[in-house]
Amino acid sequence: MASIDIANIHKSYGIMPVLNDIDLNIADGEFVVLVGPSGCGKSTLLRMIAGLEHVTEGEIRIDGRRVNELAPKDRDIAMVFQSYALYPHMSVAGNMRYSLKIRRIAKEKIAELVTAAAAKLGLGPLMERRPKALSGGQRQRVAMGRAIVRQPKAFLFDEPLSNLDARLREQMRAEIKKLHKDLGATSIYVTHDQIEAMTLADRIVAMHGGVIQQVGSPLELYDKPANLFVAGFIGSPGMNFFEGRYDVSGGAASFALDGGIILPLNGTTNLGQGGAGTLGIRPEHVVLGAQGPDALMATVELVEPTGFGIIVHLKLGTVAFKAFTLDRRFLGMQGAIAVSLPEASLHFFDAAGQKV
Amino acid sequence: MTGKRILAILAHRLTILVYVVFALFPLYWLLKVSVTPNKLLYSEGIRMWPSRASLEHFEFVLRHSDFPIFFKNSLIVSGSTAVIVTLFASTAGYALSRFQFRGKYALVALMLLTQMFPLVMLVAPIFKILSPLGLTNSLTGLVIVYSAFNVPFATFLMQSFFDGIPKDLEEAAMIDGATQFVAFRQIILPLTLPGIAATLGFVFTAAWSELLFSLMLISGNAAATFPVGLLSFVSKFSVDFGQMMAAGVMALVPACLFFLLIQRYLVQGLTAGAVKG
Repeated sequence: MASIDIANIHKSYGIMPVLNDIDLNIADGEFVVLVGPSGCGKSTLLRMIAGLEHVTEGEIRIDGRRVNELAPKDRDIAMVFQSYALYPHMSVAGNMRYSLKIRRIAKEKIAELVTAAAAKLGLGPLMERRPKALSGGQRQRVAMGRAIVRQPKAFLFDEPLSNLDARLREQMRAEIKKLHKDLGATSIYVTHDQIEAMTLADRIVAMHGGVIQQVGSPLELYDKPANLFVAGFIGSPGMNFFEGRYDVSGGAASFALDGGIILPLNGTTNLGQGGAGTLGIRPEHVVLGAQGPDALMATVELVEPTGFGIIVHLKLGTVAFKAFTLDRRFLGMQGAIAVSLPEASLHFFDAAGQKV
Repeated sequence: MTGKRILAILAHRLTILVYVVFALFPLYWLLKVSVTPNKLLYSEGIRMWPSRASLEHFEFVLRHSDFPIFFKNSLIVSGSTAVIVTLFASTAGYALSRFQFRGKYALVALMLLTQMFPLVMLVAPIFKILSPLGLTNSLTGLVIVYSAFNVPFATFLMQSFFDGIPKDLEEAAMIDGATQFVAFRQIILPLTLPGIAATLGFVFTAAWSELLFSLMLISGNAAATFPVGLLSFVSKFSVDFGQMMAAGVMALVPACLFFLLIQRYLVQGLTAGAVKG
């Protein structure tokens, strides 16, 4: 087990910058998820920690020791690939044995370690099979077995569940979490799936355009997103955004939405008089069938039942937004409906997209 | 099944049959002439099979001609060429597939360039080069020339096989504790066996049937390969068709055996199951 420290990392391919000024300290035993859309640099960062990509600038330390110049084999980390990358000409046992054999560990010890890892993952009956005779979920499990068998300092996961169907993904997600609980190993997990990030992480690192946008616990990112990107990326269905202008006149504050609708506010924001900004609210915080002076009239565009709840697509003036409710009364809803956006649940972002 | 469908299948099978017969007929004729006794060769007219078959031509070729020498020479030249070319091509192909290095594209262009000249143009300069080195009239000379001509294409062939093997596999091996070379040897090479077999087969047959350079660089029977040797059955006054065909049939054997040996690898999709599902 080990801590991983990433200091001022820059990475570029030729003149193309991919990662910019990445600073991150991962504690011993922590489960950190790097999340972001395709091309945000999260996989590149993981591959740099693994030693598969050269570090252009900055320093990576594993357990306090600088590893920039170390070959992957000397970093004592294990990695689970999106493609599983199982050796097709070796059996399951051969795949799991390989890393131990290459380290010249005694045969009896290897057998013992492989059997233990296989038992942990329920791979016992598959040991003599070749990868091509396994299902996707089984291959995934073998890839994990190959990683845990040699008890490395840290585990790196590169979108390991992307190739599985939804049900299997859910199941494997739980298994990974359980495995982490059992082994307590430092883990870095890359995904573009924010649900995986939310459910697995001790801490989430949200990335966009090669820059870290926010680091925090899953609920911190959900409840207090640092900027528009994180607010929009975390959560499904995503946060609603309304652009407009903050106004304080005659002691009363309000937010004038583009399209002419005025939202009176009791509190104040840091947007400043006349400041353009964006107002955000999560779909589950939109109150449907609201009454009172705060109520706004919206039009129902579409109702999507998910079974668990209902997603209502609405329009306020010309701006489309969504509401989420568990109340089945809204299933057959159409036409106009009164909604309110409770002030306590509002997020304000300035013109640069930063939370104010 | 409707009548129309049966007809379509029949037409399909018939077309394939016609093609196969067309392609294999020369081989059949080779065999037929090789077992036809000289007496019957011209006297019987055109028949699908002689009224009496014999192995006399085979016996003559083996006992009284230089064919065994040609055969041995061909075997040495083709076998060595195949092994040397495959060794070079697999390491070069791996480098082209996996490494970025300066001058990579210039190198590829240069290799491509070597494939653009008609061989006839090159015979004289090559003879000029090999002659002072004492490499004309020698099997070594032939091996060098054949290897030089086959390496570029074989390299491209091997490169495409390496390109087909996911990079993840060797990265996984490197994280598991292997150096790049160990990953190449233990993970990538075993998966490239079909490609290596294809390259071996391709180069072996190319060298086995090469006539031009052999004819130009070799004089006399001691170092002649069998395509040149076949010409020795043509004399000023007659052509010994029976013996020539018998030699031809025997010359087919190694190539057939070779492909029989490697066909398992040729058809094997070994990487299935390596990645994704």
